[in-house]
Amino acid sequence: MNLKHFIISLWTAFCAALLTVGTAHAQLEIDITKGNIDPTPIAVPSFLGTDTQTRELGQQIAEVIRADLERSGLFKSLNPASFLETQTNIDYQPTFADWRVIKAEALVSGRIVKESPTKIRVEFRLWDIFAGSQLAGLRFATTPDNWRRTAHKASDAIYKSLTGEEGYFDSRIVFIDETGPKTNRKKRLAIMDQDGHAPQYLLAGSDLVLTPRFSPSSQKITFMSYENITPHVYLLDIETGRRELLGNFPGMTFAPRFSHDGNQLIMAMEGKSANSDIYIMDLRSRSTTRLTTDPSIDVSASFSPDGRKIVFNSDRGGSPQLYTMNADGTNKKRISFGKGRYNSPVWSPRGDKIAFVKSGGGKFSISVMDPDGSNERQLTESFSEEGPTWSPNGRVIIFSRETKGVNGYNTVWSVDLTGQNLRKVETPGKASDPAWSPLLP
Amino acid sequence: MNIKPIAISLTVLALTACATKAPVQEVQERPEVTAPPPVTQEARPTLPPVVQAPSVVQGPTFDPNAPVPGSIEDFAYQSGGEPRVYFGYNRYDLTEDARNALRNQAQWLQSYSNFNAIVEGNADERGTREYNLALGARRADSVKAFLVSQGVSPSRLTTVSYGKERPIDGRSNEAGWSRNRNGHTNITVGSIG
Repeated sequence: MNLKHFIISLWTAFCAALLTVGTAHAQLEIDITKGNIDPTPIAVPSFLGTDTQTRELGQQIAEVIRADLERSGLFKSLNPASFLETQTNIDYQPTFADWRVIKAEALVSGRIVKESPTKIRVEFRLWDIFAGSQLAGLRFATTPDNWRRTAHKASDAIYKSLTGEEGYFDSRIVFIDETGPKTNRKKRLAIMDQDGHAPQYLLAGSDLVLTPRFSPSSQKITFMSYENITPHVYLLDIETGRRELLGNFPGMTFAPRFSHDGNQLIMAMEGKSANSDIYIMDLRSRSTTRLTTDPSIDVSASFSPDGRKIVFNSDRGGSPQLYTMNADGTNKKRISFGKGRYNSPVWSPRGDKIAFVKSGGGKFSISVMDPDGSNERQLTESFSEEGPTWSPNGRVIIFSRETKGVNGYNTVWSVDLTGQNLRKVETPGKASDPAWSPLLP
Repeated sequence: MNIKPIAISLTVLALTACATKAPVQEVQERPEVTAPPPVTQEARPTLPPVVQAPSVVQGPTFDPNAPVPGSIEDFAYQSGGEPRVYFGYNRYDLTEDARNALRNQAQWLQSYSNFNAIVEGNADERGTREYNLALGARRADSVKAFLVSQGVSPSRLTTVSYGKERPIDGRSNEAGWSRNRNGHTNITVGSIG
């Protein structure tokens, strides 16, 4: 499929006046549903400062914004060395002609104002160069320490102005940090910013931890840990550090995932004869409801964002396939019918797609399909990949990829919903099982 | 006493005679010689048939490195080096080899009842983490169920699935994968937990 971005015309001032369209109306618009073969050129000069500290911060903030936008695949960040105009005050219109010459389609001009030794104000304006109009103008109050997060918030605002969709830059990724050889691997739960900064471990111990998942509505995560002989699902509030074993079940509990409102957890539980079935736990009452009873393996369940439907993995048909059911366990329906094995389905936060792992012929792929099983589309392929997780806006998928053989190791990758823009995600070391947080509050 | 001189004289005579010739021993009288008792042949007893004994094979050889019987090392040794049984791709049923190995394990566990075991179920890398956790659980359960069927008390056995998290062979080929699809009987001392 072709990827394109388009600018909704170069309306004349006359036309704009005639239609009484204000200057705040976006003229530059990027269609992210079609992917992107032609990233929009954007200029992000260093933010202006009034002293050494603010000038340095201004440079760092602009760098982070450029990197965020560039990584999205929708933008091409122009080299600051090519800029003709050097603005000294962002309260005046830029010289649009100077930016058109270097083929910039959008310009971000910002400045940092020091209000006290511990308080700064970060301001920026986003300009549509062809239309010659301001698309956004925002101000953030913060402390100098929080400059990086402020930059991500600016990136989100720029992304939203130009695409009409929420951004995902002010967010984090929880993942499993991996060390040691394949046959003696150590795995630890860790978290980092979405761009790989500020990595830290979340648990003190060295117990094996797998499959962390973020609550879509709070700073809580759920994961599976081998802290006791029988592995179980745990809950961790990453703000308070409070960790809790969920339930008191004799068998293994695993494959946990939050509902989109964060009030329920869906997971697999090992029952009689080690048969895995799917249960919902209400996190307020702690009551559990069993949703599957089939003697086959039922695992890897994921809620639709409206909480009404569930997609899950089952081999009841003889091989692992994807099924949907209502949230009360009724109306089970197979939705995957292609060649190969289908595993690990994850419903998009937008509700329009299900990402999953497909395997066969010695290859694994991250693929997507509509919730009714139509429009199946393969996004990636390699020796081994798994664990797709969605960006908060449902436009990007990150996953882990493992290389082949005795020296095989895991890394984290991202790809657009369209299959474009495959990139390695920065992690402090080898890593697997990524899970994206919601946008930070 | 006229008689006395005669008696004396006879005695004198006798003594005089002795003095001239050595006396001859009296002949001792023996029982009458008769014919020997008749010889009769003994009757032949009926023997039970020879019982077929098990074939004689080479007896246990002395291995100076063999572990102390009843030790955890001995369990592994008696299990053929490593107490693991292997499964087919995406399968959790026991092969005949696996059953034979588990019979030995069960016998050992019954001989040494102070030990318990954690049965670990493992999968190869060709599958997603969660599906493999479910599959590993089934493999561990197959091993446990067979040991129980051989008389090991279920209270001495617990199961845990490691899915594909505990490969023993790093190779990404059938040789490696076939080793990584296993049920591992991990002996522990005392109670589990």
